[in-house]
Amino acid sequence: MSAAPQKAKAGAEKIEVIVSAVVPVNELVTRFEFRRPDGAPFPPFSAGAHTVVEMRDQGRTRLNPYSLMSDPADPSLYAISVRRDDQGRGGSLYMHRQVKPGDRMTITYPVNLFPVDLRGRKHVFLAGGIGITPFLAMIAQLERLGARWELHYSVRNAALGSYADALTARHPGKVRVYHDDRKQAIPLADLLDGQPLGTHVYVCGPKGMIDWVHRTATEHGWPKDNVHSEEFLAPQPGTPFEVRLCKSDMTITVGENESLLEAMERCGVDAPFLCRGGACGQCETDVVEHDGSFIHRDHWLEDDQRASGKKIMPCVSRFVGPTLVLDR
Amino acid sequence: MSRIQFPKSIASRPVYGILAPRPGKAHLMIADAEGAEALLDLAAQDAGLMARAHILYIPRATGEAYTERLRALNPAQLYVGPSFDAALPRLRRVLSDAHMGLQVYLAGTEGLMGRAAAEVAAAGIPYGAVQTEHRGSLARRMQCVHCKGITEDVTTDPFVCSHCGLNLFVRDHYSRRLAAFQGVCIDAEDPGNIPEPVELYK
Amino acid sequence: MTIQFNDETFRGDYSFRNSPWAIKRFPFPFHEDSYMYSVNMEQHRGGPAGSVFEKRFDVDEHYVSEMRDRALVLAEDPLRCQSLPHMTLAGWDLLELIMVSKSEDYPDLFELHRDGDRWRWVNKPLGIDDTFTFMDETTLPYGPLEYITRQTQGDFAVLDQRDDNLWMDAGMVTTQADWSLDFDIGMNFFEWHAPVPLAHEMGIFKRALKFLMNVQQGAPARRLNWTMTVNPLLDTSPENYHKWGIQKTELTAENIGAKQHLRVELQTFYRLPRSNALVFPIRCYLIAFQDIVTVPKWGRRLHRVIRDLPEELATYKGFIANRPLMIDYLSRYDDGLPTSPGVWADLETEPPLQK
Repeated sequence: MSAAPQKAKAGAEKIEVIVSAVVPVNELVTRFEFRRPDGAPFPPFSAGAHTVVEMRDQGRTRLNPYSLMSDPADPSLYAISVRRDDQGRGGSLYMHRQVKPGDRMTITYPVNLFPVDLRGRKHVFLAGGIGITPFLAMIAQLERLGARWELHYSVRNAALGSYADALTARHPGKVRVYHDDRKQAIPLADLLDGQPLGTHVYVCGPKGMIDWVHRTATEHGWPKDNVHSEEFLAPQPGTPFEVRLCKSDMTITVGENESLLEAMERCGVDAPFLCRGGACGQCETDVVEHDGSFIHRDHWLEDDQRASGKKIMPCVSRFVGPTLVLDR
Repeated sequence: MSRIQFPKSIASRPVYGILAPRPGKAHLMIADAEGAEALLDLAAQDAGLMARAHILYIPRATGEAYTERLRALNPAQLYVGPSFDAALPRLRRVLSDAHMGLQVYLAGTEGLMGRAAAEVAAAGIPYGAVQTEHRGSLARRMQCVHCKGITEDVTTDPFVCSHCGLNLFVRDHYSRRLAAFQGVCIDAEDPGNIPEPVELYK
Repeated sequence: MTIQFNDETFRGDYSFRNSPWAIKRFPFPFHEDSYMYSVNMEQHRGGPAGSVFEKRFDVDEHYVSEMRDRALVLAEDPLRCQSLPHMTLAGWDLLELIMVSKSEDYPDLFELHRDGDRWRWVNKPLGIDDTFTFMDETTLPYGPLEYITRQTQGDFAVLDQRDDNLWMDAGMVTTQADWSLDFDIGMNFFEWHAPVPLAHEMGIFKRALKFLMNVQQGAPARRLNWTMTVNPLLDTSPENYHKWGIQKTELTAENIGAKQHLRVELQTFYRLPRSNALVFPIRCYLIAFQDIVTVPKWGRRLHRVIRDLPEELATYKGFIANRPLMIDYLSRYDDGLPTSPGVWADLETEPPLQK
């Protein structure tokens, strides 16, 4: 309708930042704080949001989502905490080893796939390990709103309990920490049974913990709408496979340790994306032709769409077989 | 009593199901008139359910026909009352102390189910988690979009608003918040030209 | 930017008129000679200079009179503006968005001075100069949503995003094309669109919902919608339909040029930062048929669109009874010549009427 219709750029809007602090929290976790070069305020955000951090690692660009842990009402900084994963694809290692205070980086405007339900009469946070990060922002927001909340935080041991001491000190009575090495576990069933109507539960942590919470909640009669979770799926490695891209008129090979989306980007294709974690639907791509089988790892497509062989989510899913032709 | 098949309609028009036992610590059942039959069918599916059930039942015109049979189910609590409005203070008290994990089952007329679902949603259990089964009268609660008054037990289209007297046609557009369908003036563009009322669903 | 504000009415004597400037910039919605639903979204990131797409919240000559009409509607019926309790934060987000946008886009008309959370807002056309504390409702005469939308043209639906859906949990709705906020508040995306024929079967709403749920901060979107209204009546609400419906029957071959209006909605979609809600401003533009046909291409095209529109759409949009009169009138302005693709008037290149 306008004279020059604007095609949306892939990903969320970008913000140029300067790393203002790199703070080791413990042996595995480091906090990175950002400020804006002109001292301008950061956009306000809703707790639970994440930002996608761009890393230029020896000619290869990585884009990783990290929950914002800073107070949404503090416009002077954004902060994330990154857990070092020695077995991972390299993003956390890059952050821990290469990023220094004073470095210029590019991050995105906040995107929220894990918001607080503001109608809730009470909010119960269940955190596992590095899953604590979005709750730090949520606690700051809910304290300001005067809303009821409590946190149950599962850590491997005291040393690796990032921010546990600060949280317990600042909010006595609302924070409980459970140490794996002392065989302490969140008493989930009892916790779920005693909550007043209108309580919402939020879980962020390893996949096993998330599945356990959803399953137990259902068994105890909780509506699905009252149980919220966030899990960033890191793309899994897999056998390399070839893909023909119709619109770009090229054939590419997806390597073992890169996602289909990353392979397209590496070859200069401007493929749409947003969360890069299989949840938001923005990268949904039509399959023109295929001979082989899909490995769907996303949270977006319906079952019948997955079965149809006509759709794939390139940010996390893969393919095995001789022929895959995409409308990209 | 046979179950009605409502004709396929628009996305806001509620669609009812068949009550089935669900895991939960407590069970709240609200029904009117022939809705009692759905509760009896539910009890037959799971003998242990009623021991943890609180039933609120409004017999309306069915009188004593179902009350003894409901009593015989031995629910943890049974209330038999004259109207939903009379039952409302009790319902709100029950909801204020209830815990997440409460299962809610509604059966009977659309008006009863709609009003009960709205109370339960306001207390913190989403509509999608509440089970419903229609039995009995097809009458609708209608909100007059002009005066905002609600006319109960509407069975014809068009009908007269019991508050402001306008002649209204019946829309399938439904508000869960108000637990009512929308009624709109039928003769705005041709005053006085009001078609013969036709029974709903005929 | 100097705008001459009209002193006009949208009821009673209907003194509303479009100046030649307003006619030239009117958002004609049809890019081809027929119309069917589509998810016709694009980025809301400026537009040609002087067009209705250029600014974030377009202000035109009707601004002062529209706000006066809104105040009248609200005095008669306060239920036209409602906000469920959890939506107050979104109301503040919207207040900030509009104040920042308008003070930047129209510095001669609006000023925003901020000192921490002490804000001063100056609205020169409406003679407002208010100082208040951001996020403190007790320092404003109305809730934030009502306060700022009493000063902004168009309706506003504020949508809570949760459970994989959008929920209409707050709004200011006084210039709607026949839907009721009081009835629809609390409904989700599919529910409030339930009465629209054909579109559901076409999967339009499923695709639109996916798109809207992914609209992000800093990247607003927009689309156009349209319908028809007899007389430049802004308040075509279901609530008052028993009063205004009769006007549809007053159309004649003599008065149709002046009375029949094309009503176009410029819909924009903004992600709100603190609440994560989506605001859906619906900006209403009216133009009389006799003014549309002064643009030859628009005269030709409108005739064809109205003539060939499926009956269900003409019925749903409320003008099926008047369609024959409309086609009779518009056919006089259609000489059968081809029309250029796109919505623009193309006055330099499209030939004048050959009849």
